[in-house]
Amino acid sequence: MTLSRRARWVLGIISAGVLVFIYFPLLVVVINSFNASKVFSWPPTSFTFEWWQKAATNEGVRAALVTSLKAGLGATTIAILLGAMISFAVSRYRFFGRETISFVVILPIALPGIITGIALNSAFNTVLVPLGITFGLFTVILGHATFCIVVVFNNVLARLRRTGSSLEEAAMDLGAGPLQTFRDVTFPAVRSALVAGALLAFALSFDEIVVTTFTSGPGIETLPQWIFNNLFRPNQGPIINAVAAALLVAFILPVYLAMRMSDAPGAVTQVGAEP
Amino acid sequence: MTATTTLAATDPSGGPSRSASRFLYRHPRVRLAGLLTAPLLWLVVLYLGSLLVMIVAAFWSTDSFTGSLVKEPTLDNFRTLLTNPVYRTVALRTLGIAISVTVIDMVLALPIAFMAAKVVRSRRVRYAIVIAVTMPLWAGYLVKGYAMQTMFINNGVIDWMLAPFGLKGPGLGLLATILSLAYLWLPYMVLPVYAGLERLPDSLLEASADLGAPAGHTFRAVVLPLLVPSLVAGSIFTFSLTLGDYIMVKIVGGTTQMWSNIIYDNVGVANNLPLAAAAAFFPIIVIVGYLLAVRRTGALENL
Repeated sequence: MTLSRRARWVLGIISAGVLVFIYFPLLVVVINSFNASKVFSWPPTSFTFEWWQKAATNEGVRAALVTSLKAGLGATTIAILLGAMISFAVSRYRFFGRETISFVVILPIALPGIITGIALNSAFNTVLVPLGITFGLFTVILGHATFCIVVVFNNVLARLRRTGSSLEEAAMDLGAGPLQTFRDVTFPAVRSALVAGALLAFALSFDEIVVTTFTSGPGIETLPQWIFNNLFRPNQGPIINAVAAALLVAFILPVYLAMRMSDAPGAVTQVGAEP
Repeated sequence: MTATTTLAATDPSGGPSRSASRFLYRHPRVRLAGLLTAPLLWLVVLYLGSLLVMIVAAFWSTDSFTGSLVKEPTLDNFRTLLTNPVYRTVALRTLGIAISVTVIDMVLALPIAFMAAKVVRSRRVRYAIVIAVTMPLWAGYLVKGYAMQTMFINNGVIDWMLAPFGLKGPGLGLLATILSLAYLWLPYMVLPVYAGLERLPDSLLEASADLGAPAGHTFRAVVLPLLVPSLVAGSIFTFSLTLGDYIMVKIVGGTTQMWSNIIYDNVGVANNLPLAAAAAFFPIIVIVGYLLAVRRTGALENL
């Protein structure tokens, strides 16, 4: 649009201001993780690595990290399998209720986490607990997988729609059966979409707190739960700060990679980081 | 089906994997069933089943002595929620917060999305802006919550920035909650608005300018009306995510309560699952109502 020089400058300054609004608080967290003060204080007066060391050796943090990784891997594995299966079915077959399936896949993430959370909670209480399956890592994985399916589904579906089925038909015409066609043609075409979907599913699971709260049991604490529980305890501020700074650094790279590998960065981010 | 299996299995021309392949080729419905059975079991039985249990539980009650569930249908939970003025206050406050968050995000998203989509010429800078806005989505909810706490807390960063002017920040409370939620959901508004602006042909803006409209007028008369579906698409996120949130208000809200805190407290502390399940109806009804209301704007195709 033809804007006056002044209008361009104003717009540029406002945009820069919005970016500062987005990144300044995150920068404060990173800077403050080196703050030597034992309680929260700003601005920092002296520099230390102490909190990073304490966070790295903290028993609670380690246990929570391991739990989070286990839950994330479990949920991602299930989400890859189920998400890919539905996306193949929806893109390559016509059947009654096809549109409804896409809706049901999106529902767990479209509804607020607290609703998915108490729904699963009451169902587990009514069905699983009488069967002797108690709340724990297993129920957390069940809960996380439910809302992770959609990111794999979206990514793989976008890829399958873009590549179309002509290559598969050509493979079949040349004598390849469905299994060989899948192995040699379809799978290589969707591989990077699967990886992108898996990374995002893992990130979603790793960040989840609400559904975790309602599906985890005694003795199970994921990293977000650890942060949340310690947020209200005295003297834990600096360690939380170091953990938060470490998470910031650890998250940026995989997500950047996933964005580059995905076909529809918009779609990926939009079904994004539900708490 | 059995006959075909036997036929394929006894076919002399190939090994077991080849005959399995042939069987699958001849039976697309079997392939489809193989693909759909497990996912549908998961989503329909586990998830929709769970939702159904929750909906049914809203009509149960708890025994006031033992705290155990009484599985006899009653409307008491809904009566409590509708008649107790405390619940009405919290419901209105939550709606107010959701609307404020949505408006703030629209005001912040418009200039940066416009800058990226229509002013910046270089594709690389354009993508850099979009990525810069979307990256923090994955920075972690609690990390951002903690960041916001350091900003708003007493003697925190905002107080420090305002101190030279002799001012003090708002501290933890309602305003901090609104701003923090707006901070969290901003990318969800920027993305659809950016996409909408990218689709908007430059020729329309040029025509408006050729006809003598100043930039501000073009924006109001041409850009905004065409952006309505995108803005509504963004608002679906900001609005419904805010309605369902109870964590951020605990971190930065001081004693402020939102609707989902009622749900949370009744599942946990109060151990009154039926009341919690009934309370969950409120966000569901509001969100579904909002989706139905905006369906005609074409916003749902912009999600």
